[in-house]
Amino acid sequence: MSVYLDHAATTPIFDVALDAMQIALRKVGNPSSLHTEGRSTRKDVEDARESIAKAIGCLASEVIFTGSGTEADNAAIKGLFWKSGKKVIVISSIEHHAVLDPARWLVEHEGAELIEIPVNKSGVIDLDFLRDLISKRGSEIALISVMHSNNETGVIQPIGDVVKLADDIPVHTDAVQSFTKAPLSYKDLGVTSMALSGHKVGGPLGIGALILRRAYEIPALLHGGGQEREIRSGTLNAPSIVAFAAAVASNQYRAEQVADLRERFESGLKTSVPDAYINGVSADRLPGIVNVTFPGTQSDSLLLLMDSESVSCSTGAACSAGVHRPSHVLLAMGHNEITAQSSLRFSLGANSTQADVDFALSVLPTVIARGRAANQK
Amino acid sequence: MKIIAAMSGGVDSAVAAARAVEAGHEVIGVHLALAANPQKYRSGARGCCTIEDSHDARRAADKIGIPFYIWDMAEEFHDGVVENFLAEYAAGRTPNPCLRCNEKIKFAAVLDRAKAMGFDGVVTGHYARTEIGPMGKTLHRAVDPLKDQSYVLAVLTTEQINGAIFPLGDTEKVDIRIEAEARGLAVAQKPDSHDICFVPSGDNAGWLRDRLGSEVGPIVDQSGTKIGEHKGAYTYTIGQRKGLGLSVAAPDGSPRFVLKIEPVTNTVVVGAREELAVSKLFGEKTIWCGPSVGADPLRGFVQVRAHGAPLDCTYFFDGQRLIAELDEPLLGIANGQAMVIYDGDRVVGSATICESA
Repeated sequence: MSVYLDHAATTPIFDVALDAMQIALRKVGNPSSLHTEGRSTRKDVEDARESIAKAIGCLASEVIFTGSGTEADNAAIKGLFWKSGKKVIVISSIEHHAVLDPARWLVEHEGAELIEIPVNKSGVIDLDFLRDLISKRGSEIALISVMHSNNETGVIQPIGDVVKLADDIPVHTDAVQSFTKAPLSYKDLGVTSMALSGHKVGGPLGIGALILRRAYEIPALLHGGGQEREIRSGTLNAPSIVAFAAAVASNQYRAEQVADLRERFESGLKTSVPDAYINGVSADRLPGIVNVTFPGTQSDSLLLLMDSESVSCSTGAACSAGVHRPSHVLLAMGHNEITAQSSLRFSLGANSTQADVDFALSVLPTVIARGRAANQK
Repeated sequence: MKIIAAMSGGVDSAVAAARAVEAGHEVIGVHLALAANPQKYRSGARGCCTIEDSHDARRAADKIGIPFYIWDMAEEFHDGVVENFLAEYAAGRTPNPCLRCNEKIKFAAVLDRAKAMGFDGVVTGHYARTEIGPMGKTLHRAVDPLKDQSYVLAVLTTEQINGAIFPLGDTEKVDIRIEAEARGLAVAQKPDSHDICFVPSGDNAGWLRDRLGSEVGPIVDQSGTKIGEHKGAYTYTIGQRKGLGLSVAAPDGSPRFVLKIEPVTNTVVVGAREELAVSKLFGEKTIWCGPSVGADPLRGFVQVRAHGAPLDCTYFFDGQRLIAELDEPLLGIANGQAMVIYDGDRVVGSATICESA
């Protein structure tokens, strides 16, 4: 059998989404056109927008469709920075590159100053640090960005507390991993903006959304037809939008069921590889992500060996040449470069089964033994 | 067998991997990332550790239909090959980094890792052959004399040779390209890599100067009389004639050649061509590619450069050093070069030249 345990990277498209997408792909009509066909496609898009708005707890007018979660993050980080006229960007030290890299780009090209909020050993941000920072330099801060949950460890961040501390400083949250998997409400959190992605929730690739407060306008990254509140131009990707909404509306992700599988995997791990440890184990985590350190191994060897046993998982970070690099997330949590490169991420999805978990557990002892042997110098 | 195919992104390793699959092996492709900061684009035909090369290797693996991974060997490569290269030059010797890479990386770090992970061996696109006979598995020259790479493989022990597969040794390079074309491999017409892969500019002297500095020192004749100045002794090679910039002619008007590099005093010694001639080579760090050799003299060939000619010699091992007595004198031998002994086309072993007379 082959077992897919990399759902945090991308998860299979749901049948309902695929069906909706196929129907939409066969339709003609630019949603911005005024004729019958255009209006029909427009209706599909607006139905989808309302459906997603309902699921995330925002107004339909607050949903801006983008080409990806990365684009949504970029639009928010750059847009909020440019709008503010201030220079300090505050992000957590465990942000996804979709937030980290635009922030660094603004430092290099736009004179921004970047301050990172440290995390504790469990991977949760240090709110005292943030409180202190805001009390000292609050008036200089352009924006604060903290991800809702971390993509490598699944650790959920106290965004509500961040928003309270921030007061009137804009707060962005990358909620790509949390959406449909953990309780998440745009309205209740009170953030200024939020990034979502379609392919992490059973929708297709190439569609994301920026949720941005109504009447809160930011400079655009993409200029053109002005389709999405003048913040995002480009012909609306109706088939992907429709499929994204269909996936979300289907509520197929059963968080409790996935959490049970994770529990099964983690307790099995204790027996199969007793010295392995789970990163962020004591924190509030997403149901589907398990990040494990296997002392004395190198994760790229482990990935190859798992892959040969037909189990797909992830090493976390790789550079553009495909070379495995120590994860900045694990380093921020206190790992050294060696232990950070001895870790694998297993992520479960809506269609994961007990058999998947049991199979992965059954191959782990041999894989880890070989991985350890390969690491002897 | 379960084997790892080391895939550089070039045509040779791609065809080697494809042939290994056809031979019935279970093959997994691995590209070795050897540079800590891989360059985005290849400059010219040089180098083998760019992002483009890893992409080419991946696409070849796709075409062949094997899994593909990248192994980060940058640290091992830096410590075992690049640092050694610099240290050797700094000590006035002339090293061959390709030998070190085969010795320390491809058939050591990679082979060891592969074996620990449950693989039986490593297949590469080197042009060399192996044979199994009364002496066990032995290393031999490739049939294509222009491409033969047995010289740079002469650092492999019997155990390493046992774990190595060289599927290209029986074929000429021109036919490998035709075969690659027929197999639909996009790298079929990719230019060969040349020179030293970690010196992408091809300017070895400049690369060494940047790292070792360029301390000016004397150029002296054999009597010790200063006759000029050099800009960094290690950028010269034994036997070099051009680029010495000497304004004083030799007493007899004959051209002068670099005879010796003395790193401690940062001195380059020059003299007449005849002074370069040696007829006896002494090598240290001997490695046997098959049965070891004793003190009884044997007839064979010695080769001192990657594509140098095999020279008739008598060779033996005195317990410490490998010694080769040449039938005809040889010009321009530098310490640090590898001397590789052949019995016919079989590689007997190798040593690093530490003295010549």
